[in-house]
Amino acid sequence: MFDRDKWQEIFSTISKNKTRTVLTGFSVATGIFMLIFLLGAGRGLKNGMTSVFAQDATNSMQIYGGRTTKAYKGTPEGKRIQMVNDDYLDLQKSIEKLDVISAMSYIPGAETISYKNNFGNFNVSPVHDTYKEIKNFEILEGRFLNLKDIKENRKVVAIQDVVKEVLFPKETAINKMITINKIQFKVIGVFNQPSFDDNSREIYIPITVAQKIFNNNDHLRRISFTLEDLSVEESKGIERFITYQMAKRHGFSREDKNALWIQNNIENSQQFANLFSAIEMFVWIIGIFTILLGVIGVFNIMMIVVKERTKEIGIRKAIGASPSSVVSLILMEAIFITAASGYIGLIAGVGLLEMINSFDIIHKIYPPAAIYFINPQVDLGVAIGATIILVVTGALAGFFPARKAASIRPIEALRDE
Amino acid sequence: MIRLQNIHKSYITGTNKLHVLKGIDLHIKEGELVSIMGSSGSGKSTLLNILGLLDNHDEGVYTLNQEEIKAMSETKAAKLRNNLLGFVFQSFNLISFKNAMENVALPLYYQKVPRKKRNKMALDYLDKMGLKDWAEHMPNELSGGQKQRVAIARSMITHPKIILADEPTGALDSKTSIEVMNLLKEINQSGITVIIVTHENDIAHMTDRIINLKDGLIESIIENKKINSTETVKIPQE
Repeated sequence: MFDRDKWQEIFSTISKNKTRTVLTGFSVATGIFMLIFLLGAGRGLKNGMTSVFAQDATNSMQIYGGRTTKAYKGTPEGKRIQMVNDDYLDLQKSIEKLDVISAMSYIPGAETISYKNNFGNFNVSPVHDTYKEIKNFEILEGRFLNLKDIKENRKVVAIQDVVKEVLFPKETAINKMITINKIQFKVIGVFNQPSFDDNSREIYIPITVAQKIFNNNDHLRRISFTLEDLSVEESKGIERFITYQMAKRHGFSREDKNALWIQNNIENSQQFANLFSAIEMFVWIIGIFTILLGVIGVFNIMMIVVKERTKEIGIRKAIGASPSSVVSLILMEAIFITAASGYIGLIAGVGLLEMINSFDIIHKIYPPAAIYFINPQVDLGVAIGATIILVVTGALAGFFPARKAASIRPIEALRDE
Repeated sequence: MIRLQNIHKSYITGTNKLHVLKGIDLHIKEGELVSIMGSSGSGKSTLLNILGLLDNHDEGVYTLNQEEIKAMSETKAAKLRNNLLGFVFQSFNLISFKNAMENVALPLYYQKVPRKKRNKMALDYLDKMGLKDWAEHMPNELSGGQKQRVAIARSMITHPKIILADEPTGALDSKTSIEVMNLLKEINQSGITVIIVTHENDIAHMTDRIINLKDGLIESIIENKKINSTETVKIPQE
């Protein structure tokens, strides 16, 4: 098999039949290239979607107060449900399998925040320290709010990195005092948070401080919490439990869907997971068809190659080539060409993905799409497996016509002018 | 060298059975220069296929070089062809992407002769044919006569016992035809048996013996030394 003379014969054949070689190689290389690119792009899309949807912990739920749409016990419809601190405390005690819970209130009026001569309008959210478990933060500097900040009503603040860029373009933010509605807060941390919204500019302060200084009440805008591992069904049970609980406390109908808005991320993330696997399956189907097309291409070209070589095969046989040597000559040439060009396609595909990744090409072409496309990569095992499949099928595609050609009577093959 | 006794061969084409050779008896001695003549459909190609081990016969006894040829594997037939026989064709049948030297050297590749050695031997043979300067040329850069000489060099390189030439002058002009025939005669004089299939009378008459085929049977054998006496020797038919 690894006879040097045989390989010399094969290489001389390859180098003297460039068109044929290039044609065969091209169809294989394109097939592999397309497959790698598709799989990589699919992975990139999945990564992007995952990171976009991962802004809230996938095991979290959020509750907002709404307006009733059903009259209940003498109260007409349209009553506004305002959640309060007691709701928070009650849910903290009563929800089964609760992991962490955080409430969020609000501060009234224009939220102009300034530091020295720099100022801007940012969204100020008063929360509990546990909020960092619910939202996926990446702490860049310092820390997030802690229990002590909440309990001792400290005037401290955690700011998003984009806020930091506005207020502290040229200096560090930690331990500096910023002004929110004329009240001084100390910056304790800078964070980054993934978001759908490019304009997200968040500032978090302790909920106790906000309720005490800005609002002087115990109103809550929303309650967020995470749960221990449970199924979608169980999470729906908890949704129902909360609705009943709150209906009792606030006096609205259990069946009123609009009195309370509950965002169930467990259910949502299950849907996203389904979406991802659908995308992945779609990519695989396209990939399999691409490979199939590549195989058909190789098959076609091998048929033509063998047809074209019938006369040469006849000559070789007449001067003493055995059928097996003829078949192996054609086969090894086919395997060599498909393997080499498959490798080229592999390198080109991976190269393109790397290029898209490292030069941030999507961001340059169409920036809004960039967040949905992160780190396109291809599973090396899949790539190599696909290349091997293509090489093997290419060889098989070559084998049958080669064997047929090898069984032709030389005189007949040679007479055919 | 070659002895055929009652050789039959038929081909099945669809539902028809075509009886091509209907009992050939022939003896060709070592060192003979023989031509086989016949119109198309007379079975001369089939006979050449069988003589050249490119096809198996159905019935009868074929003895080649004191060895009886029976149904054998393609691989064994290929080996025998490589060692015993040399082929020359009407359309030369050089491999178009190999130069003259590589074409001549190719049979030795199948004898596992190292590349350098076989290329040197090929050059020697091309030299004998007066084509040394054309060794690096591709077949499409050669004239018909040159191509046929390259093909003859290729058939000679394995020192065969028999050269089978299928219409070797069919694609050549008369002057070149005579040159090629002289070359085949020279080869014959060195002791190699040469069998030429042709339909040209003047070519056939340059050989020692003419075997006339008609409808799958040997119609007559003409001994050329007695050509002027117009005496023909009838072969008794069964």
